[in-house]
Amino acid sequence: MSPGSSREPPERSFEQRLQAARERQGMDAPAAASARVEGGSALGIGVRVGVELVSALAVAALIGYLLDRWLHTRPILLAVFVLLGGAAGIANVYRLMGPKGPRP
Amino acid sequence: MATEGAIDALGQFKLATALGPVGSSVNFTQSNLVMVIGAALILAVLVVGASPRAVVPGRLQAMAEISYDFIHGMCNEQIGHEGRRFFPFIFTLFFFVLMGNLLGLLPFVFTYTSHIAVTLGLALLVIVTVTIVALRLHGLHFFSYFFPPGAPKMLAPLIVPVEIISYLSRPVSLSIRLFANMVAGHVMLAVFASFIIMLSAAGAAGVVGAIFPLALNVVLIGFELLVAFLQAYVFAILTCIYLHDAVHLH
Repeated sequence: MSPGSSREPPERSFEQRLQAARERQGMDAPAAASARVEGGSALGIGVRVGVELVSALAVAALIGYLLDRWLHTRPILLAVFVLLGGAAGIANVYRLMGPKGPRP
Repeated sequence: MATEGAIDALGQFKLATALGPVGSSVNFTQSNLVMVIGAALILAVLVVGASPRAVVPGRLQAMAEISYDFIHGMCNEQIGHEGRRFFPFIFTLFFFVLMGNLLGLLPFVFTYTSHIAVTLGLALLVIVTVTIVALRLHGLHFFSYFFPPGAPKMLAPLIVPVEIISYLSRPVSLSIRLFANMVAGHVMLAVFASFIIMLSAAGAAGVVGAIFPLALNVVLIGFELLVAFLQAYVFAILTCIYLHDAVHLH
């Protein structure tokens, strides 16, 4: 790699060319992993969103139930974790469908 | 499918032992048999296909090369440069799921991806691998994954549990998506197939009417071929995205 100081190319700077070369060689991570993988079909997106919501809720309810059984605080943690699970489901859907960019 | 007049759409998912007395003594089910056949088919395509080493590939060699290129490109695009290390894992996962979905469409062949035990097993394998990769690459810094940078510290007690639940829900959604798609497709096929039998038993007018569910099933099989490929692709690419997150953290 020659230092670009002696002969400065008129069109692009060294940094830009280095970046392009790195991307070509796959040395830099792709900017954002595409989450929209299930094709463009509305049914696919709908199923995907539903599964994300329900699975987060189910996992949270299970965690709450098990913690309750362990700590003998029967209804409290289950209620708290169901709420958190709903929030996690919304977060999953936002990550799936929301604006692109770095992870929110 | 239609036994004693009732529609038995779920009977096709029942496990039974295969291979006679040998299979029944070790509980070797028809699901396991299809898994072995699927794995053998993948190996056969790769070994037989790659053996000619022709510069201009024949059909089988082209198939082996295209499947290699396809997964290789997916790893490079989704995970980045480090993705090449995970190529064998993604390749195996994709073709195991694809074989399960495609072989299941053949008559009398069991669909092993229609059992949550199988898909959840695969999804847990993925999530454990992803977690181990993240822990080995980043050590304890991995746990900062559960608290996005720049978020106010006050919200930590709220964000951390939500992020942990979100992380733990990945294997669940991954496995349910595949399992539900395969079950739904096969139940639909079975229901419409039993309509054909029930209608054609109802006399001449019924036989004419039975053409419609038959036509629908033809369309559905085409749709199921698409779903079979798409779900295997989604399974593999989501694994790649999770690995990307594990390798790059934020």
